[in-house]
Amino acid sequence: MKALRIAAVVLLLATGVAAFGARWIAPAGYEQQFRDEPAAAPSAHHPLGTDELGRDRLARLLYGMRVSLALAPLAALLTTSLAALLGGVAGCFGGWTERSCMFLADFFLSVPWLFLLITVRAALPLNISPEASAAVTFLLLGLLGWAASARVVCAGAKNLMRSDFVWNARAAGFAGFKLVRLHLLPNLRGTLLAQFWISIPVFIIAEANLGALGLGVSEPLPSLGSLLREMQNMVMLRPEPWRFVPILVLVLIVTSFQVLLRKQEVRI
Amino acid sequence: MKRLAVWCVALVLSGLPAAAQSGGELRFCLRSEPKTFNPLAADDDASGAVRYLTGGVLVRVNRITQKAQPELATEWKVSESGKRISFKLRDGLRYSDGTPFSADDVAYTMQQLMDPALHSSTGDAFRSGEGAVSTRVISPTAIEINFPAPVANLANLFDTVAIVSSKSPLKEMAALGPFYVAEHKPGSYILLKRNPGYWKKDASGRPLPYVDAVRLDIEQNPDIEALRYRRGEIHLINTVSPAVFEKLSEENAALVRDAGTSTDTEQIWFNQVPGAPIPAYKQAWFSSTAFRRAVSEAINRNDLARIVYHGHATAAIGIVPASNKFWFNSELKPHPYDTGSALRRLQQEGFRLDNGTLRDKTGNAVEFSIITNAGSRTRESMAAMIQEDLKKIGIKVNVVPLDFNSLLERINQTHDYEACLLGFVNGDLDPNSVMTVWLSSGDEHAWNPKQKSPATAWEAEIDKMMRGQASALDERKRKEYWDKVQRIAWEHEPFIFLVNKDTLVAISPSVKNAQPSILPPQAYWNIEELALAH
Repeated sequence: MKALRIAAVVLLLATGVAAFGARWIAPAGYEQQFRDEPAAAPSAHHPLGTDELGRDRLARLLYGMRVSLALAPLAALLTTSLAALLGGVAGCFGGWTERSCMFLADFFLSVPWLFLLITVRAALPLNISPEASAAVTFLLLGLLGWAASARVVCAGAKNLMRSDFVWNARAAGFAGFKLVRLHLLPNLRGTLLAQFWISIPVFIIAEANLGALGLGVSEPLPSLGSLLREMQNMVMLRPEPWRFVPILVLVLIVTSFQVLLRKQEVRI
Repeated sequence: MKRLAVWCVALVLSGLPAAAQSGGELRFCLRSEPKTFNPLAADDDASGAVRYLTGGVLVRVNRITQKAQPELATEWKVSESGKRISFKLRDGLRYSDGTPFSADDVAYTMQQLMDPALHSSTGDAFRSGEGAVSTRVISPTAIEINFPAPVANLANLFDTVAIVSSKSPLKEMAALGPFYVAEHKPGSYILLKRNPGYWKKDASGRPLPYVDAVRLDIEQNPDIEALRYRRGEIHLINTVSPAVFEKLSEENAALVRDAGTSTDTEQIWFNQVPGAPIPAYKQAWFSSTAFRRAVSEAINRNDLARIVYHGHATAAIGIVPASNKFWFNSELKPHPYDTGSALRRLQQEGFRLDNGTLRDKTGNAVEFSIITNAGSRTRESMAAMIQEDLKKIGIKVNVVPLDFNSLLERINQTHDYEACLLGFVNGDLDPNSVMTVWLSSGDEHAWNPKQKSPATAWEAEIDKMMRGQASALDERKRKEYWDKVQRIAWEHEPFIFLVNKDTLVAISPSVKNAQPSILPPQAYWNIEELALAH
């Protein structure tokens, strides 16, 4: 188990270094088109081959990881914070506060965001940079993704409020923010961390889907999502296994986080 | 001895014409549910496909020769300077429900088609001027149709007019074409069965069509359609993407066919609408012919054709591709890919390169966005390549894929865009079919639509030529006018035409007599003659 955790740490560190050191590691710029080598198989010059436009797949993966690994956790942090706030308040106070918060969560879950996001894209200026487009996309995901997590947090908070140790704490005079900080938040940590880690891959995939609406990370900047979108074409995949590398990387990153998360939960 | 006899029979059978292999169910997919089964109201591709398979028309444009040929009408004559067409009809024909066909049905069809309440795009093609379209039934097999103003290319327009019955209780569901709609499960499939009353026979006297039924499965996802084709669940795909074409071709070259350069175009254009919500200095760039020509010369069209279309496209020359045999202006040559020439044009116009950034006379960095429809892999790829090409002359391009409705709203209503990459599907070869694109007052005059008067001298000249060709009856004269329009458009490049893609189809080797065409419906235009090998 310890070896697995070490492997996870090493893998995450390596991924981080590779992503943020892409400028020095990547064999070419992510936008550079080698037009004589479109859709090339892996070679010494292009270890993961090239995409349909002749762009180096390794370079695009490294820069794509940088975009997704920087922005998806930030969006997950935002969404988890909102979930903790609204779910926590609902669970602690109960009554009309809980009903109001959960009504808001239900409303967010029932609204067809896909169509509203199209409207949002229409409202954005056309000449924004790919970086700004990426930031806006993940910000939107972070702002909209809290509702399901809030329901989980609310249920957890309600259970805690009914537990003996909280009754004891309240009898001992703990109330308000002190009760939340010392007794509720530490006991909700596992739930919140789980919601946080779950949100990261969800947001990466959601960004890929939003790309189909023109709301994702725009050309030529890559993201893990846009690289995964290439795999929509099932007919294309069979003879070219190197196209699976982005999804493999995503699975490895998420699994590594899960391995470390389990360790955290054990400690809690 | 017995084995020898079996071999002999097999050998004889294999030598028989495809007609001997009639029967069976031909299966392929429609990308969406047909919006209507009324052939006169068919506007979308799926409804058009059902109309093609079930409708009987007076005249059919042969998709290979590109010439009109008799169908329900044995002969026709255009007179009164293009304001009248007279048809002589086949005698003794019946609809799929047994109702007899006569000239009254043609009169009824025209009356229904021209009813403004129907909002038929097929009917719009006949609206040449103010006034009603009238018909005169001379006999059960003769009719003349009168129009208030001359209609160019009149006979060919009847290729899309399916004649509906005036007397059948089934109304428009009674078919005169090779098949009739026998079953429809919304969202799933449409089953067409052989029309027992269909009149056509092959050279040996066998009744057509050869297949007993056509099953049209509704399948929106082209990847799943390709997988189903590979598995042998469907017999053909009317058009396939270049990437899928290549993959299928690698597996078995007999699975796909390149029918040649299509008449469709892919182009970018700049927004030249006065008052559009874009800065004045950008409007000045976009209105400059030199700027547009420079952008055009900086785009490597051959790379677009080779990389995005896997070589199944050719660099576009202008409005009309060479595959449009009669109407193409063969004097025009492709715009060269020449970044040096592009920069010289820009410098003459006051632009300058400053540390790799192109700046205009007043120092503004040249940057614009290209919108295109999200989800179109070929257009998104072309936009990314154009982005890279224009970087070489210091222009920064932002690629913005938008969902199609937002895109149309920006192009047609708000005019809130700078440049757009889209394509035209040209099912009709005649210049009359693109009147609304080229007339400055036209709705589809994309770069500056619905002008009250032409904004530029060259647009006024195009208007003059387009009206000239529409009112001329002599085809050579019309060609002269249309050649001039092509020349003006080539010189001023309001549309920067990029590539003419090839028509790529997938037809199973088990389908006999297939002759894919560049005109729609590409794979099954000769549906009556298609046969299945058992």
